[in-house]
Amino acid sequence: MNKHFLGDTTVLLGRSLRHIARSPDTIITTAVMPIAFMLLFVYVFGGAIETGSDSYVNYLLPGILLITIASGISYTAFRLFLDMQGGIFERFQSMPIARSSVLWAHVLTSLVANLVSLVVVVLVALLMGFRTGTSVLGWLAVAAILVLFTLALTWIAIIPGLTAQSVDGASAFSYPLVFLPFVSSAFVPTASMPGPVRAFAEHQPVTAIVNAIRDLFAQEPVGSGIWTALAWCVGILVVAYLFANLTYRRKIS
Amino acid sequence: MHGLEKSFKQLKVLRGVDIDVARGSIFALLGSNGAGKTTVVRILATLLRADGGTARVAGFDVATQAADVRQSISLTGQFAAVDEILTGRENLVLVARLRHLREPGAIADDLLRRFSLTEAGARRVRTYSGGMRRRLDIAMSLIGDPPVIFLDEPTTGLDPEARIEVWQAIRELARGGTTVLLTTQYLDEAEQLADRIAILHEGRIIVNGTLDELKQLLPPAEIEYVEKQPTLEDVFLTLVGAKTEKEQR
Repeated sequence: MNKHFLGDTTVLLGRSLRHIARSPDTIITTAVMPIAFMLLFVYVFGGAIETGSDSYVNYLLPGILLITIASGISYTAFRLFLDMQGGIFERFQSMPIARSSVLWAHVLTSLVANLVSLVVVVLVALLMGFRTGTSVLGWLAVAAILVLFTLALTWIAIIPGLTAQSVDGASAFSYPLVFLPFVSSAFVPTASMPGPVRAFAEHQPVTAIVNAIRDLFAQEPVGSGIWTALAWCVGILVVAYLFANLTYRRKIS
Repeated sequence: MHGLEKSFKQLKVLRGVDIDVARGSIFALLGSNGAGKTTVVRILATLLRADGGTARVAGFDVATQAADVRQSISLTGQFAAVDEILTGRENLVLVARLRHLREPGAIADDLLRRFSLTEAGARRVRTYSGGMRRRLDIAMSLIGDPPVIFLDEPTTGLDPEARIEVWQAIRELARGGTTVLLTTQYLDEAEQLADRIAILHEGRIIVNGTLDELKQLLPPAEIEYVEKQPTLEDVFLTLVGAKTEKEQR
């Protein structure tokens, strides 16, 4: 690894974070849609949904957190795309820096921005009556799952960021990711779904991750479910990381 | 640079380009749009691999010693490679840090002064005019005193005043001993700045020499008496009250 990797990544991370600090609207818009979903489902549809838990907001929050991440990472693709469009990307590439720093800076920026958005969403959920008695350890486990999920989706976002031809193309990939939680246990128990839909919902990553976070919040034994959730996160992360780096290497040589 | 070739799919952009640029000189690569000027620069700046031929920059091979080449060059691309959201000063500090230099703040302040951007230094680049942006762009390229600088169409899209500002910055560079490879489609720009000029046409260098050598390719000029009319550029510059080239010398 290049001896300047850490230093260069830090400098470039500082640059991207400054971008976010100067246009905090990206964090707010990231949080607005999940919060709107949360209000809609808790106060409009929630009364009609039978989840078997006493508080629908408690049931809903894990899925909302994943939607927050899925919508947040589209800004990563967007920011990377803008760097590619302007000359600044080429300037970095023609300088004596660690080349992977350019991507890592965007990935870490995504992590920071998403964590801030997640905190905002959790605070709103607390106002809406979300309660958990989980321990510090439980919170840490939830945070670890969310960090892994963010990293996995961010590396996916890097690919359209590098290859997109237009701004719309750079962010459109996130729509399916935002809607994936709807066909999962995030909003309603999968038992209420018809056969094939239910089979899909029960075997897609969002359900495993949502269930693991929900059990952690509810202080219930997570069982083997948490390993399925972690396996999904790490699996997606590794595959996306490899593909993103392959794309990057093609792009710069 | 020797026998450089590059194709994009079926399109042969470079068909064997040979150029030698002397240390500390300004070399202009002329050519119409699409002649392959930018491709040459991108290969030399290690952004693109050549399909054939070899190129050495500051003694390093661009294909096998890319890291050493990057240490010795700076690229100013066709579009100002500046960060719009950061201020001018932050842009300079960013590059100084990425070049692993000490006292990035002092370097930034010094360059802001040299390029008359001190007052604008604290403003976001988004608010800059085209000329200021270009000046900042060139200032960013000077950080770390790289011995070789590539300028790809540095004045395309600039108004006449900004163009003169940029020309001055380039002359300043060559005076300091930097080797400058400039691409341009403006003939007067090459005439004004370059020690040597090469014309790239259909993927080959068709001529290469000093301005005088190039002029000798044509039959000696007949002496004609022409009424000296001010050019529109003279009129424009006088009206807007800018200093013209001559006054500044």
